Amino acid sequence: MVPYLRQLGQLTLRVFGTVGRAGRVWWHAVWRRPRLRNLPLVIAQIYQLGVLSVVITVLSGFSIGAVLALQGYNQLVRYGSESALGLGVALVLVMEIGPVVSALLFAGRAGSAVTAEIGLAKATEQLSSMEMMGVDPLQRIISPRLWAGFISMPILALLFSAVGIWGAALVGVGWLGVYEGAFWSVMQEGVDFVSHVLKGIVKSIVFGAVVTWIAVFEGYDAEPTSEGIAAATTRTVVYSSVSILVLDFFLTLVMFNL
Amino acid sequence: MQPRTIEIVVGAFILAGILALAVLAVRVSGFNVGETTGTYSVYAKFENIGGLVVRSKVSISGVVVGRVAEITLDPRTMMALVRMEINGDVSQISTDSTAAILTEGLLGGKYVGLSLGADEEFFVDGDEFYDTQSAVVLEELIGQFLLKQF
Repeated sequence: MVPYLRQLGQLTLRVFGTVGRAGRVWWHAVWRRPRLRNLPLVIAQIYQLGVLSVVITVLSGFSIGAVLALQGYNQLVRYGSESALGLGVALVLVMEIGPVVSALLFAGRAGSAVTAEIGLAKATEQLSSMEMMGVDPLQRIISPRLWAGFISMPILALLFSAVGIWGAALVGVGWLGVYEGAFWSVMQEGVDFVSHVLKGIVKSIVFGAVVTWIAVFEGYDAEPTSEGIAAATTRTVVYSSVSILVLDFFLTLVMFNL
Repeated sequence: MQPRTIEIVVGAFILAGILALAVLAVRVSGFNVGETTGTYSVYAKFENIGGLVVRSKVSISGVVVGRVAEITLDPRTMMALVRMEINGDVSQISTDSTAAILTEGLLGGKYVGLSLGADEEFFVDGDEFYDTQSAVVLEELIGQFLLKQF
């Protein structure tokens, strides 16, 4: 009995310890003395996290839009309502698939790199040497990455949705022969900027914050060995993907049902 | 890479994001900025609006000239009161025009179609149509058809 109790206690302490450390990293990196002279660092990170993810995001967005158009057309044409194709594809992309899939791609493409980079900097004692020199690694390394994640994620999600709708238009209108006027006008009537597009953007901001937070913390908290970094990188991708999908459910519940 | 190049590329990235937002706003959601200033409202009462919703189109000869802005129930006559915002540049709508609720295609969305009259007087802000034609409800049509059969 007592050993089990002890195990339970250890588990609880470990979970709360991790959450606490993650919260501290977040708090210190984001809110403590944000400095304008760190802006070049943020820009460099937007390049690393955001710009370098554009190609994979745009390619995936285009393919997903095209596939949605193909599948949607095959179902809708049976009821003679293929003019609603644009509306369906646009709503699905803007509210769900755009923010979620681009965040999953972001976690795999950028989150893992951030974890590995910070983990290696920790293993090679670059972080502790920074502290020795009186430079706060939270401010110099962690904070720019968090901010870059915030800023890049919604832009990537918007690009994803826009390119996806373009892909759907190309397939639906150009190839399957949906009437172009109906494609766009039904879409414009059904999609509302505030209640669909803006809520999608809110989702992607939340996902960006969560993914970069997990990535940065796992790197910062990694065991400074090669196995430790490998495990931390895996955890980043797994935790981010799961939390994106679970959060998506609750965000949808809160934003679209009330 | 040089810091200058990185800054330029990041600038292009942010710009691409803003452009994507603009595309989603204007092209996809039909969001229009400041166009409300150039519109005037006209009202119409209908017995049955069918599936007409706010933001449905208002058209003359198939050309979109405005949007449905508000749908309420007139408490006195218990009829649907529809407020339409017509673009300011379409100012010559005769006061004896008819407003009808029509369907795009057989099963498409509902819209308000205006057929022009011949009156010399034109609608101004706040005027009301006195000649309206309600939505055709498919079930009622089928019901009438079945009743005639027997």
